[in-house]
Amino acid sequence: MSSNLRWRKFVSGFMLTMTGVCALVAVSVLFFILGYLVFHGGTSISWNFFTKLPAPVGEGGGGMANAIVGSAKLLLLASLIGVPVGFFGAIYLAEFGGGATTFVVRYAADLLNGVPSIVIGIFAYGLVVLPFKHFSTLAGGFALGLMMIPVTLRSTEEFLRGVPRALREAAMALGASKWKTVATVIVPAAYRGILTAVLLAFARVAGETAPLLFTAFGNRFWSPGWDQPTSSLPVMIFTYAIAPYEDWHRQAWAAGLVLLGLILVINIVARAILARGIAVPRS
Amino acid sequence: MREGDEIARLITFLFAASVVLVTLLLVFELWQGSVLPRHKFGFNFFRTSVWDPIFDQFGALPFIYGTLVTAGVALVIAVPLGIGAAIFLAELAPARVSDTLEFFIDLLAAVPSVIYGLLGVFIVVPLMREYIQPALKNTLGFLPLFQGPVYGVGLLTAGIVLAIMVIPYIISVSREVLLSVPRDQREAALSLGSTHWESTWKVVVPFARGGIMGSIFLALARALGETMAVTMVIGNAPVISASLFSPGDSIASVIANQFTEATGDLYLQSLIELGLVLFLITFILNGLARLLIVVTSQKGSAMSNA
Amino acid sequence: MKRIAGILLITIAFAGVLWADNALLINGAGATFPYPIYSKWFAEYHKANGAIEINYLSVGSGAGIKQVTDGTVDFGATDGPMNDDQLKAYRDKHGAPILHFPTVLGAAVPTYNIPGVTTSLNFTPDALAGIFLGRISKWNDPAIANANKGVNLPANDIIVIHRSEGSGTTYIWTDYLSKVSTDWKDKVGKGTAVNWPVGLGGKGNEGVTGLIKQTPNAIGYVELIYAVQNKIPYGAVRNAAGEFVRADLAGVSAAAAAASKTMPEDFRVSITNAPGKGVYPISSFTWLLIPGKFSDATKRDAIKGFVTWMLADGQNYAETLSYAKLPKEVVDRELKAISKIQ
Repeated sequence: MSSNLRWRKFVSGFMLTMTGVCALVAVSVLFFILGYLVFHGGTSISWNFFTKLPAPVGEGGGGMANAIVGSAKLLLLASLIGVPVGFFGAIYLAEFGGGATTFVVRYAADLLNGVPSIVIGIFAYGLVVLPFKHFSTLAGGFALGLMMIPVTLRSTEEFLRGVPRALREAAMALGASKWKTVATVIVPAAYRGILTAVLLAFARVAGETAPLLFTAFGNRFWSPGWDQPTSSLPVMIFTYAIAPYEDWHRQAWAAGLVLLGLILVINIVARAILARGIAVPRS
Repeated sequence: MREGDEIARLITFLFAASVVLVTLLLVFELWQGSVLPRHKFGFNFFRTSVWDPIFDQFGALPFIYGTLVTAGVALVIAVPLGIGAAIFLAELAPARVSDTLEFFIDLLAAVPSVIYGLLGVFIVVPLMREYIQPALKNTLGFLPLFQGPVYGVGLLTAGIVLAIMVIPYIISVSREVLLSVPRDQREAALSLGSTHWESTWKVVVPFARGGIMGSIFLALARALGETMAVTMVIGNAPVISASLFSPGDSIASVIANQFTEATGDLYLQSLIELGLVLFLITFILNGLARLLIVVTSQKGSAMSNA
Repeated sequence: MKRIAGILLITIAFAGVLWADNALLINGAGATFPYPIYSKWFAEYHKANGAIEINYLSVGSGAGIKQVTDGTVDFGATDGPMNDDQLKAYRDKHGAPILHFPTVLGAAVPTYNIPGVTTSLNFTPDALAGIFLGRISKWNDPAIANANKGVNLPANDIIVIHRSEGSGTTYIWTDYLSKVSTDWKDKVGKGTAVNWPVGLGGKGNEGVTGLIKQTPNAIGYVELIYAVQNKIPYGAVRNAAGEFVRADLAGVSAAAAAASKTMPEDFRVSITNAPGKGVYPISSFTWLLIPGKFSDATKRDAIKGFVTWMLADGQNYAETLSYAKLPKEVVDRELKAISKIQ
């Protein structure tokens, strides 16, 4: 073997090993994050955390019960806004749309998707908070819902389009009208993909903090109804993490663990659903 | 079409149209909401570095600087690591291993910003302050980049946290693009006597170059718009300094900090103008990214069908 | 599995809506300076008056002023009184005035984290101005060392920490510096958000304290209780009478003594660098910003009830949290002023 070849082989082996190292570093970050959260958060999770309201500054024993419920309400509202718009909008694009309108809607969705979350917060503040003169769960849910729309829309559209022609043609041949075909044949066929899209969009906004800063604002008590400010897990993590109180730091870790746990579980479930494959065999 | 179809068409059209409407409204609000500083400062907004609410002087330069520098640092770290990992996943790893690792990388992409901020504050900042920054100062301190007091928080720290956040994007998109490079490209190179690395680096990667660039743009767009993790570790000082140890501020971070208290229309609208600027930059980057990725994948599939 | 999760989520959400009481929720936001005592007050008041929940968010005086002007919160709080322009803006917007009600007296103290130094340092006005102007950059600078003979000050870089958002504590600090240093007055001025020559920004008194705790060689300004609760050393400041005074209840009360006799009708007054012996020079009142006119009578009455309570029972919580009680003259005047809330 010539020495040139030996060198090149050495370089090859070396560089390829380096790429393996890169991959290892990247993946180990995830486990590192999880490990740290479990360690610090796990030791701080207590019954108080889930059931108590925040305590006055400097006193221990408080919890994040209102933040957990607040986040649940915000996400419920976000889904009520984001999912229908994304779902029905996607049906339009996949089944009824033509040329120009499809292009415009897709373009708008992509634009909306790329808007930084803090800018969505500015928009929701001007549109919902100022006119109603209230920080509110409604404003926060609206901001998060906006962020759910593009992901739901584009993914649903793709999955709808992915349903085989044969199915549609068969339904039409049997005399079904277009909307019946969509409702009873196509959507059920694409349902796994659509559910995955919705779950992923949900997981994405579950962790969003920036848009809530000037919409849901915050609340040390329970937030009644939908038109009052509300506490939420991500905002509490932020507030407690930058403060100097040890007790608050512990609660921030616990909240981080709960939040990340929720998001990861949703992601894993979503991918598992998709991995089971499309319900209908391809022709 | 039957009558039921007409109604269905109308209803779904309304939903689709609402997306367009809301997006237009957003852009309009940003534009209208920044009218005062646009008229008062014009393009000087981007050249002035004074941010003084008392004397009503607002210049965006420190925030643009902070945003670009932290994103730049993030890319310098994330791009080599990300492409390296993608190459490993696409070329070397057996399919099972590649898919499993990709699964974990996708999970990393799902971690919310505030959690990165949490880890940044309690782990990265002390690490930087106690070990990394002093080490850099001792070894590379002759460069203006690594001079000045060691705060722990600052541009470098924010850049590092951002790097961790954007690596998954680079990896997953690059991996897909690399996988779509047709087999014959590799095989041709190997048959001509190149080593595995050479065929990868000199043939496959250049072929996928467009898509990889696209992944970098995507990562950049995310890094520029990141708010929470950055604001927790960047130091929140609207200054421009050559040193990476210096605190700074980014557009998203200053909006998050000062929006709820900007008294006076000029102040508030200057923050909105910053939001508009950020929006425009990320919009352009996202568009370019998508273009590059689509074109590259199509090139790949076109050639393998030929 | 997903069904269960979905049902659980919806149940939690609706439960949150339904059982979340018929209590009256009042929202306020503003200063972080008095937050420890405000959070105590509102919690205690809720215990005594279960039907009233006062939700106060500590986001900084700047935000307090803005949000109450925008009408997105029911009341605000600030340690930097609203200036005439801001008062006018409020009046123009709401057709009624905004009223300042002092609540307690507090002190802004210079806190620091210097390796090896656990004692209380003495700071001259020039030293403080120089540090925050960026002119004095090392801890062993003569301007600091000369007032602290016998203390081993290291030759380390000083890391200045200020506020990243609009802050009443900043107002108090810069108000003081403007009075004692013409350089500061010309270059930076006073306000809730200024163009700081040097330093890092922390969010809220909480964020600044957090940063100081973690950053060696740091110095910042926080309300006294934050330094005390977190056990970080704070220094003494030389007052107008030439004494080095460390912030405490007596020093703060002394600062307010003269001013309370000549208190203007709208209660806006600055007591920094007050003359007299034993005065702590960086003291200040802190105010609630209460609208002069409420459209909701139940909210108005609830707030009036709270202010009355605050001026009586509430004052008893102040000293344990290192805030000084309001002088009697001020309390009496405020009780009369409550009737201005319509």
